[in-house]
Amino acid sequence: MADRITRDDVAHVATLARLRLSDEELDMFTEQLAAVLAHAEDVASLDTAGVAPTAHPLPLENVLRADVPRPSLDRDEVLAAAPEVEEHRFRVPPVLGEAP
Amino acid sequence: MNRALETAAAVRSGERSAVDVVEEHLARIAEREGDIHAFNVVLADEARAAAAAVDDAVRAGRDPGPLAGVPIALKDNLCTLGIPTTCSSKILEGWRPPYDATVVARLTAAGAVSVGKTNLDEFAMGSSTENSAFGPTRNPHDLTRVPGGSSGGSAAAVAAGFAPLSLGSDTGGSIRQPAALCGVVGVKPTYGLVSRYGLVAFASSLDQIGPFAATVADAALLLEVIAGHDPMDSTSIDQPAPSLVDVLAQGVEGLRIGVLHELLDAEGIAPDVRRRTEAAADALSAAGAKVDEASVPAATYGLSAYYLIAPAEASSNLARYDGVRYGLRVDASNTGDMNEASRTAGFGAEVKRRIMLGTYALSAGYYDAYYGKAQQVRTLIIRDFKAAYEQFDLLLSPTSPTTAFALGAKTDDPLTMYLNDVCTIPTNLAGDPAMSVPFGVGDDGLPVGVQLLAPALGEATMFRAAAVLEEAMA
Repeated sequence: MADRITRDDVAHVATLARLRLSDEELDMFTEQLAAVLAHAEDVASLDTAGVAPTAHPLPLENVLRADVPRPSLDRDEVLAAAPEVEEHRFRVPPVLGEAP
Repeated sequence: MNRALETAAAVRSGERSAVDVVEEHLARIAEREGDIHAFNVVLADEARAAAAAVDDAVRAGRDPGPLAGVPIALKDNLCTLGIPTTCSSKILEGWRPPYDATVVARLTAAGAVSVGKTNLDEFAMGSSTENSAFGPTRNPHDLTRVPGGSSGGSAAAVAAGFAPLSLGSDTGGSIRQPAALCGVVGVKPTYGLVSRYGLVAFASSLDQIGPFAATVADAALLLEVIAGHDPMDSTSIDQPAPSLVDVLAQGVEGLRIGVLHELLDAEGIAPDVRRRTEAAADALSAAGAKVDEASVPAATYGLSAYYLIAPAEASSNLARYDGVRYGLRVDASNTGDMNEASRTAGFGAEVKRRIMLGTYALSAGYYDAYYGKAQQVRTLIIRDFKAAYEQFDLLLSPTSPTTAFALGAKTDDPLTMYLNDVCTIPTNLAGDPAMSVPFGVGDDGLPVGVQLLAPALGEATMFRAAAVLEEAMA
């Protein structure tokens, strides 16, 4: 059985998930996630020794298409949906540090 | 009345014009859409143009296809070329996809006429359509009640007569539960039967597109059109679409049908829903089926396993909304802050909750206890369904624990909302098909749906039993 999720856990998970939570949201999510995880204790405490995990309902492996070139989406149409574009590329703010 | 089948036949023969059909439906939408809010966008001009093209084809002696001139509503998480596709999220507001989903392309090729994109719980996460960034949809049978969810707009559109057909997506019950609450037929096909290409991903190992219709035969017709292999979806099953409309009259004589006691006795099943399910079992028995009690022991763990697996997959799938390539961007001085500010402003509370839950279930130290365990339970559920299908051709259960509940009744307590899916979730985990068929009303006079479940690719048998239940209520 896992320990009850704490407010610090929730804050850490928010950072991992790239979400910024207010103090109020942190309190709310801590309580709500704890309730859902408490319900999940029936699963977490089940003895499943030796049972293989299932990630997917179909027994698929290596689904390949024919190695034939075909048209892809138009570059300009795709870039038209981007918030910011420069020289046919997606433009983002600086990745390291602050903008000059 | 099979409005889709009859409309298509009349339009193909030239007896009715597709333009008249679409105008009739647009008029009905104009009358009640203000109260119901089934749509994020009504595509009136596009629908008129598409209908005119269908009429032109008929006049030129060409066959527009099996859905000639039939209006259809599309859940707003299906990509439509050049037409906004929002998933009812602020993060995708205004986004116009550069391609059509395979199901949309197949509908167009079959002569169907899209009349609009329907409202949903944001990114299909919810059971009431109250988690939409654009406001809730209301149940056409009672405007103070929810239509169910997440495909609540699609269910309400059919129930209100806005279109004879609609498409939804079902990850844990998002087609069947709203179908039950709105009194229409809703089908979750076998995983892989319908291409997911162009369906905005929520939980990829569970998501499946399926039909809503007012009747079993219309739902069968729509599923025939959208099913079948698609090379653009690597999880698409490589075999032809099943024949469904032609088998509906075959009945259930001699079929072995099990009443799934773990779901009949599940948390929160209301007495009136239970009685309707037992009445459905009696109707199938009266039609010649051998009905008995069935057991899928691991199904009792379905809800818990699902609310670890689906959020885990969602947390990964929704990582793509980062303000870089499409959708909302909130500016910041560096990319990390921009990602975070965009996601924080763009996602609603339920989506954030599921991303958090999934990220936690996958994080170091908890992966084995939660996600890993849930995947093992998924194996047990598949094993137990397999065993049940050695004894039974089909299984029967309630679809939703209750009839439609009041708007706002469950929004403060996520776990209570999640419990709506207790009967529908196990089939998604197994990858098997299931459908909800209207079967009378509850004590409050609102629709009750019963669920038929079948083994993988058992759609034809499932539809035969659905037709028997429909006939029993006629």
